[in-house]
Amino acid sequence: MATLSADFSLALRSFELRLALEVERTVALAGPSGAGKTSILRVIAGLARPGSGRVALDEDVWVDVSRGVFRMPDERRVGLVFQEYALFPHLSVQANVAYGGKERAQELLERFHISHLAKARPGELSGGERQRVALARALARDPGVLLLDEPLAALDAHTKATVRAELQELLSAFDLPTLIVTHDYEDAVALADTVGVLVEGTLRQMGTPEELVSRPMDPFVASFTGANLLRGRADGHEHGLTEVQLESGERIYSTDRASGDVGVVVYPWDVSVGRLHVDDSALNLIQGEIASVVRVGNRVRVRIGPLTAEVTEASADRLELDRGGTAFASFKATGTRLIEFSGLSLGA
Amino acid sequence: MSRRRLRDGLLATLFFGAALIAFAFLALPIIAIFTQVSPGRLVSLLGKPIVTDALVVSFKTTVAAQVLILLFGTPAAYLIASRRFTGRTFLVTLVELPLVLPPAVAGLGLLATFGRFGLLGSTLDSLGLSVSFTQTAVVLAIVFVSSPLYVRTAIAAFQAIDPDLVAASRTLGAGSTRTFFRVVLPLAFNGLAAGEALAFARGLGEFGATIMFAGSLQGVTQTLPLAIYEAFAINFDVALAMGALLVAISAVLLFTLRLILSWQPSRRTSPSLFAPLS
Repeated sequence: MATLSADFSLALRSFELRLALEVERTVALAGPSGAGKTSILRVIAGLARPGSGRVALDEDVWVDVSRGVFRMPDERRVGLVFQEYALFPHLSVQANVAYGGKERAQELLERFHISHLAKARPGELSGGERQRVALARALARDPGVLLLDEPLAALDAHTKATVRAELQELLSAFDLPTLIVTHDYEDAVALADTVGVLVEGTLRQMGTPEELVSRPMDPFVASFTGANLLRGRADGHEHGLTEVQLESGERIYSTDRASGDVGVVVYPWDVSVGRLHVDDSALNLIQGEIASVVRVGNRVRVRIGPLTAEVTEASADRLELDRGGTAFASFKATGTRLIEFSGLSLGA
Repeated sequence: MSRRRLRDGLLATLFFGAALIAFAFLALPIIAIFTQVSPGRLVSLLGKPIVTDALVVSFKTTVAAQVLILLFGTPAAYLIASRRFTGRTFLVTLVELPLVLPPAVAGLGLLATFGRFGLLGSTLDSLGLSVSFTQTAVVLAIVFVSSPLYVRTAIAAFQAIDPDLVAASRTLGAGSTRTFFRVVLPLAFNGLAAGEALAFARGLGEFGATIMFAGSLQGVTQTLPLAIYEAFAINFDVALAMGALLVAISAVLLFTLRLILSWQPSRRTSPSLFAPLS
């Protein structure tokens, strides 16, 4: 399979976008809005000119600023799926797909199960159908690279899960280097095998989803991947445990080694919830008021003091967790990660 | 409470009264054109040579002017709409200036440019061309006065196109030419047609600039409005007949324009595709 290599900089309104990236399979860049995600795709597709750097698909050079090479978008083998899909409103589904390439249009309509919509206009389609048309159109061009801009953002929560599964299936069926940008970390993890976290034009960390969760390199990555982040001060290391004095007053222990101002990373699924004080010195314990109880699918997210815990629906019912009540959140010392604050801000 | 009711009632009456007067004022002169002379006689008067000659001149010059406006105005509007450059605002103002200029000033300007002693006069003369007081002059006068209506509507229509659609076309392998004809032009079509209808109507009624720059020579430069002016002193009924004809043509044009603007086909993905046209 081909490899897309992109290494460039682009001046945006309030910061400079710098990126060095190799895309072989599926890579997702996740980050808050305004991080420069769409600009990355625009540079690779040829819709924006980088200030410096190089973009190439294998030996095929698309941009090389130092050598004065800039190929127009229609001279690059690139398939870009726009966030709002950008389907031509005056053309039928059939004509939209055939716009990219007539030869493959029929086959793609069938493959994406949209043959029955061939004569429909984009305005008559649902969000999921539009996405399939946009994807089919981009692939009709027989691209060497597939770029997806927020593929799931234009969908409502109800259809999102279905479309996400569909998209996963389609992406694995087409063996193309694919770059996805999204503001939703969960979408990134669901669609790609390598995930990068992008903040203000800079890649903070890149790795497999497991790596990002288990070894976040900075507080932003930790909180972006869904972790709790508690601020505190590490006081020394004894018997393999670091004691941390939290800003909220509690003392907790971590198996990680650190000193000075630290961020304590705890994942919601590593936090247990109880109504009674359990005297177990092996557990970190935080007592607090239940600030919110939110059902997410078959799980329940409970906010206790500074912590979010994720428990099953059954245990939430059994514990009778209600807003305003008091509860104990507990987690093991081994379930924590310590990140030293070296002047790093929390980002957005 | 009752005082407030009384006040509200009074205001409503005033509004209805004012509206009635406004409508009557606009409608009466138009109705009067048709009622002064019997319909049968109106139609028979349209056979007079001064009328048929003027009709032919008006038709030829208006069509020629509109072809020029479309050929030159469309690229100009597209460039203004799609490019950002210094002096763009100045250019837009320049394009709109003829709209507010008194037609007599437009006629003067055209004479000072293309007339025998004008800016380009000697150049044209040496080429054996004389523009003023010919049918070409009528066409130029119409183009000068009515093209701004088309160009500014066209700019708005081009600007209303989602830039992502143009970008999508390019990433799908289409060059800028194919993108223009297959995406930009079809999407701007309604706006362009509306602007063209406005320019056509304005061109048909052109009077001031034409009479100064082209004169009023029957069969050559005398358009319908000019013929009305001439007939008005000699035979009022003939003038009325031509007036009725122009009212009918203008009404059809305006109605067509309304149809174009209200024709919103199901070919839009977002409701903001076309900006409201002034």
